[in-house]
Parts: sequence; C-alpha cells; structure tokens
Amino acid sequence: MALDNETVHNIARLARIEIDPSEVSQTRSALENILELVAQMEAVDTTGIEPMTHPFDATMRLRADAVTEANQRDKFQAIAPKAEGGLYLVPKVID
Amino acid sequence: MTITTLAELAADLDQGKRSSVEITKDYLGRIKASHHNAFISVNEDLAIGQAQAADAQRANGNKHTLLGIPVAQKDIFCIEGTQTTCGSKILENFIAPYTATVVQNMQDRGVVSLGKTNMDEFAMGSSNETSHFGSVSNPWGSEETKLVPGGSSGGSASAVSALLAPAATGTDTGGSIRQPAAFCNLTGIKPSYGRCSRYGMIAFASSLDQAGPMTHTAEDAALLLNTMAGFDAKDSTSLDVPAEDFSACLNDSLDGLKIGLPKEFFGDGLDDEMASIIETAVKEFESMGAVIKEVSLPNSHLALPSYYVIAPAEASSNLSRFDGVRYGYRAEEYNDLVDMYTKTRTEAFGDEVKRRIMIGAYALSSGYYDAYYSQAQKLRRLISNDFTDAFGECDVIMGPTTPSPAFEAGSRSGDPVSMYLNDIYTIPANLAGLPAGSIPAGFTKSGLPTGLHLITPYLQEAKMLNIAHKFQQVTDWHMRTAPNAISGGKA
Repeated sequence: MALDNETVHNIARLARIEIDPSEVSQTRSALENILELVAQMEAVDTTGIEPMTHPFDATMRLRADAVTEANQRDKFQAIAPKAEGGLYLVPKVID
Repeated sequence: MTITTLAELAADLDQGKRSSVEITKDYLGRIKASHHNAFISVNEDLAIGQAQAADAQRANGNKHTLLGIPVAQKDIFCIEGTQTTCGSKILENFIAPYTATVVQNMQDRGVVSLGKTNMDEFAMGSSNETSHFGSVSNPWGSEETKLVPGGSSGGSASAVSALLAPAATGTDTGGSIRQPAAFCNLTGIKPSYGRCSRYGMIAFASSLDQAGPMTHTAEDAALLLNTMAGFDAKDSTSLDVPAEDFSACLNDSLDGLKIGLPKEFFGDGLDDEMASIIETAVKEFESMGAVIKEVSLPNSHLALPSYYVIAPAEASSNLSRFDGVRYGYRAEEYNDLVDMYTKTRTEAFGDEVKRRIMIGAYALSSGYYDAYYSQAQKLRRLISNDFTDAFGECDVIMGPTTPSPAFEAGSRSGDPVSMYLNDIYTIPANLAGLPAGSIPAGFTKSGLPTGLHLITPYLQEAKMLNIAHKFQQVTDWHMRTAPNAISGGKA
C-alpha cells in the first residue's frame, strides 16, 4: 500500500498531528507497513456478512431522560489548562 | 523471598496474624527499594489511610475476603484526587476528578490501592516501551539481558512478578493482560467483554477494552475478579447479568473436559521450544481426564489485520478528546484554535499513539470507510463465528499465549509490525469478546516463563478459572520466584 507525502499530510491534518518535514518519509513508511498488514483483509469475500460492531452484538442501553449528574463545574474546571469565570479559555474562534 | 498469594494474606488478616497497615507498609517498602520502574506514582498516605480504614472495619466485624489487602492499579484507572496518566505526557499532570467503577468496587470491599503501575502509552504497545515514564524491567531478565515485561499492562506484570504487590489490575484490548502475564509468569484473566465496567478506565478501543486481574494463582484471580466485576449503569455496554462467585467451582473435576487445540495456533511463527512446552502442559490435562480434540479457527489469520483497523479507528475517535482544552497538557505557544489542538497533540503524544491515531483517521476517512472499517467489522463476525463453531466441539480452547517468550528491550521497538505479531494469538478473543486467560506453562531452557492460553465460551470465567486452578494443583510453575524480584537474586 503506497502512500504519497500529500496523503500522509492529509491524514496528519485529520488527526490534528503535525509531522516534522524531516520525519515525513519515516512516518510514511511506518503507515505503509501497517496498511500492508491490513491489506490482507481485501482477499476475503464478505458479501452478505453483517458487520459486527460489538461483541455479542450488544446494543447500547437507553436510560431515562432524567438529570443524574450534579453540577461539578468548578471541580472539573480546576484541572483545565486555562479557565476563567466558569469558562474554558481558547484562542479566538470568530473575528 | 517467596510468593505470597491473596489467599494467604486473607488468611493472615482473618486470623489476626498481621494487620492491613503492616502488610501495606511492607509492600510500600518493597516498592521503594525496587528498581523495576513498575510504578508511575505511589500515594503512600492514601494507601496507609485505606489500610487503617480496613483494619477499623475488620475490628467492626466486616469480613470481606479481600478487606485490607493491597493491590497495584494500572495507571489507566481514574482514582479521584490522584495522578492518572495512562502512560502519556498529555496526562502527566492530570488529577482525576472521579474514580473508575472497577476501583470503586474494589475500594467498597476494602481493597487498598498501593499505587499506579506503568504501562504503554494509552495501552498501545506490547513491551511497555511506549510509556512516557520510561521502560519497565521484567524480573525474569537480568542486568546483562534486560527483558521487556510485555505490555501494555507491563508495570502491573512486573510489580506482581517482582513481589512489589500481591496482585494488580490490568486491561486487555488485544492481549495487554495475557501477554505480560505470560512474559512475567503470572495468571492473567481477560473477562468477557462487559463484565468489568469501563467507566473511569481511559478508553483505547471501546468495543474491545476489558479490565481484569493479574495474580500469581487462578484462585487469586477469582478472588480479585469477584471484587472488580459487576453491572454498572454508567457503562452503556456493561453486562447486566447476575453477580457470580468466580471461585465457586475452582475444584471441580476436569474428567471428560473437552480441550480444543486450534491447528492455526500451532503453525508457522511459533517458537519450537514454546510448542513443546505447551504440548507438555496439555498432557497434564489429559492425565486429569480431559480429552484433546483438534479444532479449527479458519479465519484467525484475519484477526491481526482486522484488529489493526478496528482498534486504531476507535482510538482515533476516543483520543480526539485530548485537545488541550478541558484537562491535561496544552502547548505553550500557538496561533489559533486548530494550531493549539495540533501543537498540543504533536508535543504530548508519543510516536506509537500518533501512528495509530493516523491509521484510524485514515480508515474512517471519506471514501475509505467501507474498505477498511466496515470490512474489518465483517471479518470480526467471521472470527467470532469460528469460535461459536469450535465451541460446538470443545469446552475450552488452548494454545500458547505468545509466539515466543519475553524479548530483549529495544529489540523490536523500531519495527511496529513485528511488535504487533506478539498479540497474534490473543487478539481473536478480544474481537469475539470471549473470556480468555494466560497461566504459567513452564520455562524455556534459558529460564524464561511461558504462558498457556485458555479461551472459554461467553461468561464462562468460572470454568476457565477451574481449569487453571486444577492445572496449578499439579504444577508449580506459577510459584517460582523471579531472579530479579525484590530481594531475589542480586536485587
């Protein structure tokens, strides 16, 4: 499975990870090796097989639409990198 | 120093021979004197406080079996008020604001937490070498030949094997309890998917992750699993089944037990010496009345490729929460919001985690979903169906836990795919969600431990522990002390 550098950069962008220019070819070959392993899947005809998303086809339980959690904003924001006045601080998003 | 089991500690506590504080301080002292790097953090005050509380409860008549017994916790479990890193720089300063259900269940029964064990970053690894907090030594290695303890629960395995804790918790997504258990001569059990709550257990691949015990004996594994398992409304895939005593049938006869040996687990890639050790172990069961049958898991060769799509895909989604906004590390300098996310993740994730996130992002990306994720899930069903067919002919499937014994540190870390092959026998049970375990099977000529892998049908952990316990009644591999355990050998 050959990848070009542009695809590698695109995957990195999707993953919000930056690849140092000096490491692009190393990353590309590591990803190619994994995709080569994965490519063994292609040989199998899976027509009519239902995808299995969970063991035992477990389905997610639903719960009553009721408030169960207490407000713990201060406790949770105490571990935030930057929070002020009950808000999480991030760089400006909209001009 | 010799091995002390949970059962022995429980008897000592019950008979008043030792207090929980005494036992806990003993283990804290061993951890302090150790050089295995098995722990990321130890909170002595918390441990001793819990031990004092346990002693007080015992004085008040509380008789829970594991009341006051200290165990080590893999650093993937959140414990309120303590550092919880998951082996990553991104959570280096994370103080958990809540406690994982598995740990809470243990605490409710008076189990003391000694500290948090080292692990591969976000449980991605088979050697503990991807940890931000350094590699861990396998007590079965030596100064000259540094061996990996396996991973990702490598710190837990090393801690129990080095006698720094009588037992530990682990988690297993593709073999992360069983492979280190095999490398460090322990009993390690991955229960059925859903037995132990995933709430507060930092997620890697949610449809595969499962917590379990790592102990010296099967009897201990049953005792610890009894305190860990149980339905939890906070985990949407927690199994709502009646509570079970996993110790209940430890001593049942194995007469007539049908053991399935899948030919696929004894083929190319398996070390010859390993194959003969496993054959000898299986013969022990024959002498106890078990019957051996050859079975087939024809799609098992597809488990590794399928896993390396499903696990990274789920990981890329789960790990998107690490963005530097609400908790954990944030980069110092950035230009805008996306740059902040990107720099934070680039600076604080290790190489293996980045690789898996990227593979997952690719497999889920537009135009590739059907070819990768959907196809992998279809293969998952074929692999699961194989087990259903095989269990029509046998009660338990056996084989080697790993293709070879513990390898030298640094020998495989440069080649991810060769590292992945470590889990070739363990991954199928995760994909199918079945209970599986590894028990000490014997030693190689060079003195390295090996693991016998057991897989049983859904919810049959008690049967598996029965099979393991009976084996441990006629063998003593599991009671051998590692040369580099604390106060063992030259340590």
